Amino acid sequence: MNEQPNLSNTPVADTAAGAVFAASAATLSRRKFRHLKDKIAGVSIAIGGLGVIAAVLLIFLYLVYEVMPLFRSALVQEVSEFRIDSPHSDEVLHLALEERLEVAMRLGADGEAMYFDTANGDVISRIPLAIPLGSSISSFALDTDVSGIFALGLSDGHVLIAQYDYDISFGENNARQVTPVIRYPFGEDSFELYSDEPVSKLSVRSSSSELMLAASSGSGQVSLLRARRETSLLSAFNAPSESAWQTELATLTGVLPPVDQLYLDVDRRWLFAIGTSGRLSLVDVRPAFSGGVAVIENEVALVGSNRRITEVSFLLGGISLLVGDSAGTVSQWFLVRRDGEFGIEKVREFDAGSSVVAMSPEQRRKNFITANDQGYIGIYNTTAHREVVYRKLLDSAPKTLAMSARGDGVLFEHGDGEFSFWSVLNRHPEVSWEALWKEVWYENYQEPEYIWQSSAANNDFEPKYSLAPLAFGTLKAAFYAMLLAAPLAVCGAIFTGYFMAGKMRRNVKPLIELMEALPTVVLGFLAGLWLAPFLENNLLGVFSLLVVTPLSILLAAFIWTRLPESIRYYVPDGWEAALLIPVIVIMGYVSFVIAGPIEMVFFGGDMRSYITNDLGITYDQRNAMVVGFAMGFAVIPTIFSIAEDAVFTVPKQLTYGSLALGATPWQTLRRVVLPTASPGIFSALMIGMGRAVGETMIVLMATGNTPIMDINIFEGMRTLAANIAVEVPESEVDSTHYRILFLAALVLFMFTFVVNTLAEIIRQRLRRKYSTI
Amino acid sequence: MSTFKKFFDSGTPWIWINAGAVAISVIMTVGLLLLLAFNGLSHFWPKDIMFANYAQPVNEGEPLRREIVGERVDREHVSAERIISSGIPVSASTPLYERELIKIGNRDLNGSDFTWLLTDYLSDISFPANLTTFERREWGNFYGYVQEVREAGSTVAQSDPLNPNDTRAWEALEQRIERALSIHEQIEDLEKDEIGEVNYALERLRLERRGLELRGTDTPERTGAIDAEEASWEANYEVLQARLAQLYEQIDRDTVVMSAMNAEVTEISISEIVRAFQPNGMHIGNKLVVYGQKLWEFLSDDPREANTEGGIFPAIFGTVTMVLLMSVFVSPFGVVAAVYLREYARQGFITRTIRIAVNNLAGVPSIVYGVFGLGFFIYFLGSEVDQAFYPEALPAPTFGTPGMLWASLTLALLTVPVVIVSTEEGLARIPRSLREGSLALGATKFETLWRVVLPMASPAMMTGLILAVARAAGEVAPLMLVGVVKLAPALPVNGNYPYFHLDQKFMHLGFHIYDVGFQSPNVEAARPLVFATALLLVVVIALLNQLAVSIRNRLREKYKQLDM
Repeated sequence: MNEQPNLSNTPVADTAAGAVFAASAATLSRRKFRHLKDKIAGVSIAIGGLGVIAAVLLIFLYLVYEVMPLFRSALVQEVSEFRIDSPHSDEVLHLALEERLEVAMRLGADGEAMYFDTANGDVISRIPLAIPLGSSISSFALDTDVSGIFALGLSDGHVLIAQYDYDISFGENNARQVTPVIRYPFGEDSFELYSDEPVSKLSVRSSSSELMLAASSGSGQVSLLRARRETSLLSAFNAPSESAWQTELATLTGVLPPVDQLYLDVDRRWLFAIGTSGRLSLVDVRPAFSGGVAVIENEVALVGSNRRITEVSFLLGGISLLVGDSAGTVSQWFLVRRDGEFGIEKVREFDAGSSVVAMSPEQRRKNFITANDQGYIGIYNTTAHREVVYRKLLDSAPKTLAMSARGDGVLFEHGDGEFSFWSVLNRHPEVSWEALWKEVWYENYQEPEYIWQSSAANNDFEPKYSLAPLAFGTLKAAFYAMLLAAPLAVCGAIFTGYFMAGKMRRNVKPLIELMEALPTVVLGFLAGLWLAPFLENNLLGVFSLLVVTPLSILLAAFIWTRLPESIRYYVPDGWEAALLIPVIVIMGYVSFVIAGPIEMVFFGGDMRSYITNDLGITYDQRNAMVVGFAMGFAVIPTIFSIAEDAVFTVPKQLTYGSLALGATPWQTLRRVVLPTASPGIFSALMIGMGRAVGETMIVLMATGNTPIMDINIFEGMRTLAANIAVEVPESEVDSTHYRILFLAALVLFMFTFVVNTLAEIIRQRLRRKYSTI
Repeated sequence: MSTFKKFFDSGTPWIWINAGAVAISVIMTVGLLLLLAFNGLSHFWPKDIMFANYAQPVNEGEPLRREIVGERVDREHVSAERIISSGIPVSASTPLYERELIKIGNRDLNGSDFTWLLTDYLSDISFPANLTTFERREWGNFYGYVQEVREAGSTVAQSDPLNPNDTRAWEALEQRIERALSIHEQIEDLEKDEIGEVNYALERLRLERRGLELRGTDTPERTGAIDAEEASWEANYEVLQARLAQLYEQIDRDTVVMSAMNAEVTEISISEIVRAFQPNGMHIGNKLVVYGQKLWEFLSDDPREANTEGGIFPAIFGTVTMVLLMSVFVSPFGVVAAVYLREYARQGFITRTIRIAVNNLAGVPSIVYGVFGLGFFIYFLGSEVDQAFYPEALPAPTFGTPGMLWASLTLALLTVPVVIVSTEEGLARIPRSLREGSLALGATKFETLWRVVLPMASPAMMTGLILAVARAAGEVAPLMLVGVVKLAPALPVNGNYPYFHLDQKFMHLGFHIYDVGFQSPNVEAARPLVFATALLLVVVIALLNQLAVSIRNRLREKYKQLDM
């Protein structure tokens, strides 16, 4: 380049400034250009540098950004308000929303299903139900909104089963057309329960092949009806006809106290009969159909004496019963089996403000919505025990409400044919501090537990997002790793940094630092495929190694000091470690050899089966011990390297002073070197810990990845990091599960960042202290 | 007693305990490397094939007698109790029995490759020179005697399996394997390159047409041109298909009749055979040749049999490409950030904080970077890119799915602290006097930086980059989320325009270890290959580290002189 001459000219020009203005115009513009270039470079380097730092910050911000929506409350907004004037029965039996929220169905007490548009209240169709002439509806029961099946108890003692549904077709331009229909999946004929009195209370449960009804008559007779589809070979090929349903009747009259409400559980085994006093009687109905007598298994008061049950509903899945009372409390109850006895127990409570007037569960998640007599609406998630929203939406109590299938819309009917329709944005109700970190009482469990189980095959699955077992697993793995790594690395660092001969140190240090570069996937592979079976077969050998090695080191030391000086002076100070290598190798081999006979004598030749059978301790092949060895191996160099630096950089004048005053090397180490270097050693341990906590591949490969909470060294664990690696690729983007995994990543990030920062600050302080000595 | 007391009071035992810790660490490191080296390298050695009779005792009646042909793999001692509980009635008075793991191969006949046998019941062990090993494209190894070679169904050569000196069939076989291998190579070329090119072109045309439709510019002449091109490719494809069919016919011409253990006779198509040798009859030189061939195959070939056999070339290639691409991202940005922090930013509390933060980012778990890469790069940036530039391929994502570009970027982010720290260290080591000298001569700050400081700091940058590369090459956890797959259909760099496919998924050595070792259906058979892969990875990373260390040392020497 031709810049060279200019460079050398510049000083000349500068010194000559003020005297003769010798520089030509060309040089001037050249100089300007150079300064411009300098400016541009400065600015762009600043931008670039700050950009990189910002990019790094972005990680943190992005994780937070992904996690934030988990803790946001739901958003409820009014979409439309309308009035339907045309004649319909004042009393509403049921209100339901179609999945896409376009159409709603209202079932009136006059037996007419009215379908209308949710945007403006335009009536789409009115379908009268097939109620026999001369009878009227005396009771109503819904199976679930998922199936749309409901039962109508009639004044003549019959029960009619129907199903509200929609035919979806796609017309021109793929426009979705919804045609409301009413079906009769169990036939248009009604089932007879009582010959001469009305059905006053009713409950219904159905599956594709079975229907069960529980009913109470006006005079208090409680009856059960079971209808089953004939499963003959012939009928399997024919369209189901009415005659294909075989009905059986059973009576519970006399068994139960006066009944106010009846509920059948999802398996059609249990009848929850709620008495007028608010007491629930639990009845196993199976004996009633097999010739026996059904008895009350358990009785419990659902509400306090001064309260009244106002609303009862099943949660999604039909396992939990939600009971709302006049004081505004909603309690969740489900069956718990203790010592073989079934009982119904209160699991948790929600506060809905004041007397609950309407309640409805969601059809995809364990959420429910309540409305109280003040017009306040609450949406709750049972698992997370979380109130997602609680707001006054209405001026007064609504008559009834309908929650949409996905929980994204809610329709109220209030006053005289007045409706209001609201949209709900409620993405992540399943998460709360309690759900993530505390024990949660899940459905079908006996007691509150910490469980991570993010997905299952069925739709009404209750996701269990407890991070506690994962955090526990993480700390467990780190603990066992540190158990191996901390003593080895710190002791090794002390020896290398203080005692070891310089020549040997120059070889040993790079070797151990090479360990740090070993890919953890290789360590994990060796741990899982080589070490785990090796440990399983040589358990006693490993244990004896832990005893034999230190003893043999001490013995070797003792023998060495007894040796004649002529031999001892042959090896200079600081080479003890080299002397020990053959000793340890040989003694290690010996301890595996002697382990065989010992095992034979004391443990029947097989320590592993002794542990499982005689001690009753679970033994997984890939367990915490394997992880401890492998991950310990991975963190030794990290700790070693930093701790060694701390020991080595202790100013020499301190140690020389101590030695000159007559202290032995060991005394000098204990009283001078270690106190000075201890902050550095501490920060080394912290950084090692940070690495162990975040390590993924080793735990992924060397444990069974079962999220259990057990400190047992012979069992595996699942760590936060391994859990992320396993589950993120399969989780749906922006789902609750996905965001919780991001939360797990954020937890890991924060933990290691804080630990490392502390360690770094300690180290820097130490460095400054040394520089002043 | 007093000697002991004196001994303990002197502190010597504690010093020795500390020395022991170092010794144990050294033993562990060296032991691990030796373990890897031994298991990884022995995999390629053509092992002798044993012939033996095995008489396994049964509960009642005569013991179960059978012939065993296979390679000895492993041996261990088991308690009598365990053997009895597995259904073999041995005498409980002998507490321990030795058992051997034999690789009997012939998975198509036996169902599994391996069997455990009690050494006590093995007899008549011999190593006949004419026992042959076939490495096959499917079903794993085959062990047996060559009995007959057939061409299009008619016998060409025959040997007596019981006579080790009868090599007629073997010689005929060797030539035919050569022929089949060369045809196989042609088939591969045809399928991979030429037919691959056709498929690629057809896919490109489909996207072009869809793009025209989306933009509403699908005029008849344009679609007509696409149709015409498509037709010409289709015609091309027909020709290639015909040639392929012909080659397949040729390759299936020869078969070999083998007698396996227990006189089971089976006919194998020679096209199935990758390599055949008779290890028992080979001397050390021949074995070394086979060893070399197998090693070369391992390094240069595609994997077979769900990655459990064959080579790992795509994984090596994928790793190298990814690491190179990452270097392109990481080195300029890392260096710029370091220069900013050291040379331009005002030194103070904020710079110190940033420095600590950058340092600590190196300690943040790699999986966190993976999660970030997946969420931010792929789901957020990637889908934006797809919307903007690849609408014609939607709903199939182009960049909105894990791939090479995102993997490199994620790893660049992961390793940028390493480069920053190392470069900063290098910058800090450059004596002030040099900078001041340059400035005093009138150079601007940038000129000083560009001509004096950076050249001198270049070894430090190199060190940082090498360390970054070493770290990236060994990192697996984040890659599992952002772009690595167990089997990639094509290399990320190939002959199809635009030659460098940033959106493609790729194979990676580290992930290969995880996948083959833990996810494959036949872990026992795959284990030696995993050892070899692990060894390769460790060697590469160790070399890179060594290189970084030596550069760093040279650098220190250099500045020692300058300090004078």
